[in-house]
Amino acid sequence: MIATAYAIPDVLVFLTSALLILVGAVGVLAMRNPVHSALSLILALFGVAVAFVAQSADFLAAVQIIVYAGAIVVLFLFVIMFLGVDRRETVRVEPLVGQRVFAGVGVLITVAGLIALFARSHWVTGAIAVSSSGQALQTGSKNVTQIGTAVFTTYLFAFEATAALLIVAVVGAVLLARRERAADAEGSQS
Amino acid sequence: MTSWLATVDPLFAHGVTWAVLLIVIIKVLVGFAALMGSVTLMIWFERKAISDMQSRIGPQRWGPFGLLQTLADGVKLFFKEDLLPAEADRFAFKLAPYLVLVPALITFSIVPIGGTVTIAGHPVLLQVANPPIGILLMLAMSGISVYGVILAGWSSGSKYPLMSAVRASAQMISYEAALGMTIVTVVLATGSLSTHDIVAAQAHGVWHWNLIRLGVVPFVVFLIAITAELNRPPFDVVEAESELVGGFHTEYSSLRFALFFLAEFMNTITMSAIIVTLFLGGPAGWVPNIPHVRWVFPILWFLVKTVGFAFGYVWFRAALPRLRYDQLMNLGWKRLIPLSLGWMLIVAGFLIRPSWGFLMAALVILAWTILTRAFALGQGREESVDSILPPVGERPLPGRVLRAWTDREKD
Repeated sequence: MIATAYAIPDVLVFLTSALLILVGAVGVLAMRNPVHSALSLILALFGVAVAFVAQSADFLAAVQIIVYAGAIVVLFLFVIMFLGVDRRETVRVEPLVGQRVFAGVGVLITVAGLIALFARSHWVTGAIAVSSSGQALQTGSKNVTQIGTAVFTTYLFAFEATAALLIVAVVGAVLLARRERAADAEGSQS
Repeated sequence: MTSWLATVDPLFAHGVTWAVLLIVIIKVLVGFAALMGSVTLMIWFERKAISDMQSRIGPQRWGPFGLLQTLADGVKLFFKEDLLPAEADRFAFKLAPYLVLVPALITFSIVPIGGTVTIAGHPVLLQVANPPIGILLMLAMSGISVYGVILAGWSSGSKYPLMSAVRASAQMISYEAALGMTIVTVVLATGSLSTHDIVAAQAHGVWHWNLIRLGVVPFVVFLIAITAELNRPPFDVVEAESELVGGFHTEYSSLRFALFFLAEFMNTITMSAIIVTLFLGGPAGWVPNIPHVRWVFPILWFLVKTVGFAFGYVWFRAALPRLRYDQLMNLGWKRLIPLSLGWMLIVAGFLIRPSWGFLMAALVILAWTILTRAFALGQGREESVDSILPPVGERPLPGRVLRAWTDREKD
């Protein structure tokens, strides 16, 4: 069934994006230099964008590049440069005791969950239909309309809750940064 | 598959044949050649125009009016030694110029430079590509080109390029928000992301241009934000010669340096073209009814408008002093982002119903008043007695500050 359902170009696109994502993901872990890790992360994000285009989710692909590659990883780089942690780090020391054991357990749980998902549900990779109604996503400019309608009707609550969460996070960050300065001022007065 | 492609570009209406493929390849090649050619002309134009404004002559030796000066400079850069600083991060140092150049090339592909032409029975859009995400491609590419600047600065392993990289990342991220908001305003009014549709919606005369239809505010915000995004004067703190030597490309030489400059001028042209596309109707304009050459006039209109903005950038450079870094950030975060957000809400309101528009306008004015008050309060707190630094002679020495801190810990 799988062999008949997919055209060769689709398979090639999927393999390319999978390769990009895997190389990027392994690079994030394997690179010694944090900046190189960040670059690998961009590669992985690009692979995800290609996969989105293959699933005819053009808008998501664009947003993936603009938000994740264009803003969030830039912020990572900004912090790496500002804090001057762009040196090679030794992997020998364990900052938190028992960190590796916990990481191993976490990986095992995730892999088990993925296998359970794969075993119980349909294959989703390479399929054209990703919308819940079972219809194929419309391509072209209709694509944006569809996502907009979904976000502002069916998923409005989740959307607004996410927005509120982000605002709370920003206000919290500003407040924490401010408090330190206030303590600073008290210190200089006494 | 074919029906989906046909919604994007009428060229693919009858499937993808060899003729269609050939047309696409020719479009790409012509677009590339046109951009490269216009970059050489743009560099000459900028040097000549700014020379005139500064009462100098400018390039005059090579070719008529010094037209071949850019070519001579290119040859010179090509034959220079390619240096790699000892402290450089080799991989990132070599990668960075391409991360600036490739987005600059790709962005131009979505600019419609004319109407539709029929070649060998195939309707051909005079733009290299018309992707459904359209103008979002420009935002994505400007997001990628930030990496080129950041990595170039960081990988040089040198102090001033790193400072320049930090400035660049902060500046380009801050102004991208205002940029995105004004683009949303245009997209709201058009109802489509595709640049072809954006231009088509403005085709029926000057009163339909987004410049006038959306009020002048989004245009002004976009012009300022895009100038900052380009790192062009007066927003060129990234390359401020008097502070940072040469900015992020201080350590670059030879061809890699040339690539940075190529990308910068290419971006100047492309962004002029994008402004024309978004706000001035792109190739829209008066077309005389002459058979067979009617398709030429939209291209001419597009060129006239784009050259106008390119000249505007040169004029900015000659006339305006560079902004200080904090002025730059204040302008971006405290003025442009609230302004573009508020204007977007007002436009969205008017698109539904005039009464909603007036309601939105009232709300935005209220929010603006509160925001202004908040800024004033914050400003007052910053300039209050505690936080003002004492005069230079009375400042505590680092050792005394440290002592004060450690003593406080003991208490």
